[in-house]
Amino acid sequence: MGKTLAEKVWDAHVVRKGEGEGANAQPDLLFIDLHLVHEVTSPQAFEGLRLAGRRLRRPDLTIATEDHNTPTLDIDKPIADLTSRTQIQTLRNNCQEFGVRLHSLGDAEQGIVHVVGPQLGLTQPGMTVVCGDSHTSTHGAFGALAMGIGTSEVEHVMATQTLSLKPFKTMAINVEGTLRPGVSAKDIILAVIAKIGTGGGQGYVLEYRGSAIRALSMDARMTICNMSIEAGARAGLVAPDQTTYDYMHGRPHAPQGEEWDAAVEYWNTLHTDDDATFDVEVDLDADTLEPFVTWGTNPAQGISLNEAVPFPEDFGDENAKLAAERALQYMGLEAGTPMKDIRVDTVFLGSCTNSRIEDLRAAADVIRGREKDPKVRMLVVPGSARVRLEAEAEGLDKVFKEFGAEWRFAGCSMCLGMNPDQLEPGERCASTSNRNFEGRQGKGGRTHLVSPVVAAATAVRGTLSSPSDLEPASVSASTTTDAA
Amino acid sequence: MEKFTTHTGIGVPLRQSNVDTDQIIPAVYLKRITRTGFEDALFAAWRKDPSFILNQEPFNAGSVLVAGPDFGTGSSREHAVWALKDYGFKAVLSSRFADIFRGNSGKQGLLAAELAQDDIELIWKVLENAPGTEVKVDLVSKTVECGNVVAPFEIDDYTRWRLLEGLDDIGLTLRHEEDITAYEATRPSFKPKTLPARIQ
Repeated sequence: MGKTLAEKVWDAHVVRKGEGEGANAQPDLLFIDLHLVHEVTSPQAFEGLRLAGRRLRRPDLTIATEDHNTPTLDIDKPIADLTSRTQIQTLRNNCQEFGVRLHSLGDAEQGIVHVVGPQLGLTQPGMTVVCGDSHTSTHGAFGALAMGIGTSEVEHVMATQTLSLKPFKTMAINVEGTLRPGVSAKDIILAVIAKIGTGGGQGYVLEYRGSAIRALSMDARMTICNMSIEAGARAGLVAPDQTTYDYMHGRPHAPQGEEWDAAVEYWNTLHTDDDATFDVEVDLDADTLEPFVTWGTNPAQGISLNEAVPFPEDFGDENAKLAAERALQYMGLEAGTPMKDIRVDTVFLGSCTNSRIEDLRAAADVIRGREKDPKVRMLVVPGSARVRLEAEAEGLDKVFKEFGAEWRFAGCSMCLGMNPDQLEPGERCASTSNRNFEGRQGKGGRTHLVSPVVAAATAVRGTLSSPSDLEPASVSASTTTDAA
Repeated sequence: MEKFTTHTGIGVPLRQSNVDTDQIIPAVYLKRITRTGFEDALFAAWRKDPSFILNQEPFNAGSVLVAGPDFGTGSSREHAVWALKDYGFKAVLSSRFADIFRGNSGKQGLLAAELAQDDIELIWKVLENAPGTEVKVDLVSKTVECGNVVAPFEIDDYTRWRLLEGLDDIGLTLRHEEDITAYEATRPSFKPKTLPARIQ
């Protein structure tokens, strides 16, 4: 019988097969091709190596950057927050001591770890990629098996370049059809999570398939794979194709010459065989999908933007009903309110989910020639210093600044509020990030997860909106492109 | 890692689903560079509410957390496990754990025991009707006892074995270092290396 893509990548990395069969099987020992490191989940791992007198086995398969704590303003000054400054200095010291390549604040390759890997060409099809960050699933967009791990596992990878892993079950997410204008990758993944729930993917590797996925760019595929973890999945991936190769070709660490040809020959084998079976299959219709938005405090609490805040009593399950009641109270929402009547204070365009160049272009296309609602503040935080430079070369920074948005330096920023970019208690935000958990963007902050184009349209109207709700732009409306 | 065989301690009923790791420990506490001293950070936002369960006696002295489904979702932060342990928790019971949280627990000697949701509901009732009731978690027999409730729990055999023996994961893997070296010799040359650095 044939194999799924995930099984092929898995099998190609088994260093040592676990003994036993079925439920009693020992885990397999898997080789890790790329280990991404950042300042938050690594200090205790480096310390563990030091205490045990162990070396970091493969510095040449390891790369670090600074992202979670970094300020997005005044990056040339010492970091004001002393604990953040200490944590970043600790990363710098550790990387020097253990010989790890580091892209620090101010460096053109610094940025969110999941933006940096792909843009350098270090993320490639068929690889195993890990990082002490749950959104490592992002790299699955290249047909890599990419997983978030905890700090003990970070230390394990540093010491051995392997991980002990139990085989996963496989789930196909089939998305067929054509997205309508104004509907994008973010809406696909929010709809998937709403459909299968925050625990629906637990124990599974998801493979996104179907004509709607094949039509997506790499940036869009990364948005989808990024949020696999919000459905509880350990990883999510997309089979590589010409779109993947076109994205990779010429990137600094992409193979060159004969190596490129050998790589492509291998990558072409990385697809699920026709006679392979998935443990579970889920279907989503792209033709009828609408822009999606969350109303609650977990990413599965989402609905179409055209709908209204749901009534808790409509949830059959008692736990889901209690969760909905609690979420509405935290969010300060009344059941039955149309989502499009909800006013926001802040719009955040950024995070490892939606901070790549295409995300910025799509949002800029919506706001170009339009005015921001004066009561709304908008933060635009490119995913990496390289994305920022690219956007500036295209003049996107001017579009955002003229609109009245703040154009910031790269980092995780308001996605998780570890740096000064945070919501105030009660402040409501339309955010292109990945988590609407209580307090995630700042204590008491209220988050609605949306796509870049919905974020942009919301900044114009001040209420949750899709681009189709906007009046025609005053100038250069003809240059507005389809953001899907 | 300390060996885990059985533990008996006050049970804390947390009647909530989807307790994500941002709730277990908010991001602001992740800036520390130590592996201990996170007891103040556990459920930091919720503990500001006087009615929160850990602000009530005798639950504040609890060591077995009995939570709703999908416990530990979201961020991979192992700090969530450190905070639970530093506070004094030895075991968490739930009908469904997020994969990364469960993995992190196993590495740190915190028992993540998966029970049927019906059994969780029965234990919640016992703990709410008689606060301070102790829960006995037995990893040898894979059972939980609380009042008149006796329920089996699931944990994968490998994690159970490591917990019972108190084994260090890295040490176990390094027993097979020859296999790693042999694998490395077979990797295709087109696979990327981070060093020497190439930039655009």
